[in-house]
Amino acid sequence: MSNAPVDKGRRRFLTVATSVVGAAGAVGVAVPFIASWNPSARAKNAGAPVEVNISKAEPGQMLRVKWRGQPVWVVRRTDSMLEGLDDHEDRLRDPHSEEPQQPPYAKNRYRSIKKEYLVAVGICTHLGCSPSYVPTEMEEHIEGVHAGFFCPCHGSMYDIAGRVFEGVPAPLNLVVPPHYYEDDETILVGKDKGQA
Amino acid sequence: MFKRLQEWMDARIPMTKTWNIHLAQYPAPKNFNFWYLFGVLAMLVLVNQILTGIWLTMNYVPTSDGAFASVEYIMRDVDYGWLLRYMHSTGASAFFIVVYLHMFRGMLYGSYQKPRELLWLFGMFIFLALMAEAFMGYLLPWGQMSYWGAQVIISLFGAIPGIGDDLTLWIRGDYVISGATLNRFFALHVIALPLVLVILVFLHIIALHEVGSNNPDGVPIKHPKGSIPDDEKPKFKFHERFTKKYDIADAIPFYPYYVVKDLVGIGIFLFLFCYVIFFNPEVGGFFLEPPNFEPANPLKTPPHIAPVWYFTPFYAILRAVPDKLFGVILMFASIVLLALLPWLDRCRVRSIRYRSALHKLNIAMFAVAFLVLGYLGTQPATPTSTMFARIFTFLYFAFFVLLFFYSKREKTKPVPERVTK
Repeated sequence: MSNAPVDKGRRRFLTVATSVVGAAGAVGVAVPFIASWNPSARAKNAGAPVEVNISKAEPGQMLRVKWRGQPVWVVRRTDSMLEGLDDHEDRLRDPHSEEPQQPPYAKNRYRSIKKEYLVAVGICTHLGCSPSYVPTEMEEHIEGVHAGFFCPCHGSMYDIAGRVFEGVPAPLNLVVPPHYYEDDETILVGKDKGQA
Repeated sequence: MFKRLQEWMDARIPMTKTWNIHLAQYPAPKNFNFWYLFGVLAMLVLVNQILTGIWLTMNYVPTSDGAFASVEYIMRDVDYGWLLRYMHSTGASAFFIVVYLHMFRGMLYGSYQKPRELLWLFGMFIFLALMAEAFMGYLLPWGQMSYWGAQVIISLFGAIPGIGDDLTLWIRGDYVISGATLNRFFALHVIALPLVLVILVFLHIIALHEVGSNNPDGVPIKHPKGSIPDDEKPKFKFHERFTKKYDIADAIPFYPYYVVKDLVGIGIFLFLFCYVIFFNPEVGGFFLEPPNFEPANPLKTPPHIAPVWYFTPFYAILRAVPDKLFGVILMFASIVLLALLPWLDRCRVRSIRYRSALHKLNIAMFAVAFLVLGYLGTQPATPTSTMFARIFTFLYFAFFVLLFFYSKREKTKPVPERVTK
């Protein structure tokens, strides 16, 4: 062994270089561990679009289907339900659907393509419970509103277009999923029209 | 024969030395009261959870199709399966009871104050790991409350602006809570978090034995060398690690004195524990919630979702706030503030015995607020209960704010030089 003086600069350079390479390696190794938590290919496949046959829905009836494991509602709304929609807009958080909770074609007062049918993901935007459909007795929860959705978990309320009321924990309107009419009797949930 | 084996071991590993430093020659203040039982009880429950947990995994099936049925199988068909499961489920609640009392002890006697800040922080990390462990364990039976409770808690992360939705998707591993979520929670619950817990408990005890226990008087038992006359020193041999730098006064060795005392406490605890296991394992829906006897149904939310009782104070705070993000922030803040106690309390007197009436009132207010919030969190949200939740959330936070301001110039009583009887 030589007794040459220690080259501190070289030693520091080597320490730093080794640390940087080691840290880069650690980050690289972390990638598969973190990425493996993403939805698997099978889970993504299960997110395929679903068809809903609406020919048998009575006025005022709600159909429930499962898309990506989530409840999706199709509500055939009556005229009297739709008439009430503009009466309480001053009490809504987002009456004109400014937040991107729906595809552009559902950005209207009814939040739907055809007025009669509401298609919405039945999950409260607060903490993910599934609200109850209240076709006639919404008055019990909020004055002057006849039909809507009431979340039993934390008392969030939505009107029959899935628009959230003020003064409840939920921050946003219900999500309208991408959907289109294949024909007069069938709605395809999970895909926009013309999308591959 | 044993003497030679001991010598053989001691030449190769510090066996006797560790025993002496941490037990037989470890000086513990002589004035511990019953509040000092809950640390050892927490250790006992940890052992119970690990042991029964390992046995439960032998029959539990962590899939969305098999989980619920396998729990029923354990309850009905496995010999003593019901006992192992009730020991585990009751142990979970017992863990929180003793940990809450253990933490409250720390608040009463100022055990978080210098030099025990890090000890307190390790304790808070144990509390966090315990909450994560309990939350993930609660999903495993795959009942309605498991499912929807997890849905609510995971959605909390969705409140984070920008990355929230992607983060919840990543945590679940699916668009909703599914078998993928169940599987990863199982892995975390049975191996990752227990490992973290055990390591943190080890650090907690190492930190405790470095600084020494506080006591109900909040007065140190370590005094400067030469300040304690020989005839006032305890008649016990303490390890030179403790006596080299200090004179130790008013202490007794942990073994056998406190071991015997703790055994009495353990006996009483086991008596209550067994009562719950054998006669009342559900404790009126508080330890095991009725909706969880129905298998998870992703399309139907139970009419009233409440977490298990040990989360309800924080849940009530979350619900009291009409804004999602702010509610989540306030809920986490309620725990972070506890962790910051060593720096929020600026008084140099530790024990409540010698602190001001204001401080006593403040701690009492905190305890009441915590209990009331805990009760409100179990109840459905009505306008009246929400109003009360807001009031008591305010009082919960007021404790910390008040403490920070009055503790700097607090009128305290004279503190004795030495530990009292």
